[in-house]
Amino acid sequence: MTELVEYIAKALVDHPEEVTVNRVEGEQSVIIELKVHPDDMGKIIGKQGRIAKAIRTVVKAAAAKEGKRVIVEIL
Amino acid sequence: MKTVEKLGKTVEEAVELALKELKAKREEVEVEVLDEGSRGLFGLLSRMAKVRVTLKKKPEEKALEFLRGLFNILKIAPDINMVYEEDGLCKIEMKGKDLGIIIGKRGATLNALQFLTSLVANKESGEYQRIVLDVEGYRKKREKVLRELALKVAKKVKETKKSIALEPMPPSERKIIHSTLQNDSRVKTHSEGEEPYRRVIVSLKYPPVR
Repeated sequence: MTELVEYIAKALVDHPEEVTVNRVEGEQSVIIELKVHPDDMGKIIGKQGRIAKAIRTVVKAAAAKEGKRVIVEIL
Repeated sequence: MKTVEKLGKTVEEAVELALKELKAKREEVEVEVLDEGSRGLFGLLSRMAKVRVTLKKKPEEKALEFLRGLFNILKIAPDINMVYEEDGLCKIEMKGKDLGIIIGKRGATLNALQFLTSLVANKESGEYQRIVLDVEGYRKKREKVLRELALKVAKKVKETKKSIALEPMPPSERKIIHSTLQNDSRVKTHSEGEEPYRRVIVSLKYPPVR
């Protein structure tokens, strides 16, 4: 799942080399922390969080296939 | 990616030669000047200009590349087919097994994926290419469902004489509701709210006078 978040993030930003993704195992869910270059924040969040919402929707669908609950956090 | 290097008396001449070879227009390429060239003195010590010209990827090519990589990670392998519709729209159709997950509830996942794909495709290009994703004819089926919904709601509005707000929908789906009811003589439609929660309201054209 980290691979998916990293892939989408890198495709959207101007500084793909500064995308870092971290996986934190929770009790019932997996938290994926996404960090990007400060200038790329807008490209990952979007107006009213539209891009962030779309990323979460796609990741959630992929996670459902594996029967997991995934939370994507943008740091 | 296609790249050529060309020599010319001037930078412009070298670029022209490269464009001819690539069969491309100026806005479809990226030019890197390797050597400005120099006229020299009385024809002595003159150097040719040298450029490297690279064909930029078209938005739809970037879209396909992005989707293929994504499906690879998701371990699904749909058949992907790209068609151009008459209004310049580029439609990417996917067919295959286990594609339910990329449609999602009322197309939520498909719409999210479409949004991300358009962003990636148009990231660096001057012209905006509209891209629509479809899975196994889902868009057509959804359109039929929405048309039926619009007619059903219109009937209810006429009966109850009360406005009805539909659930939030993306712009393309709201358009289907509006166009289905635009010629109805007794009801009218408009949208309210901010994306992504914008919704269509169906109401009576001539509210009863009390």
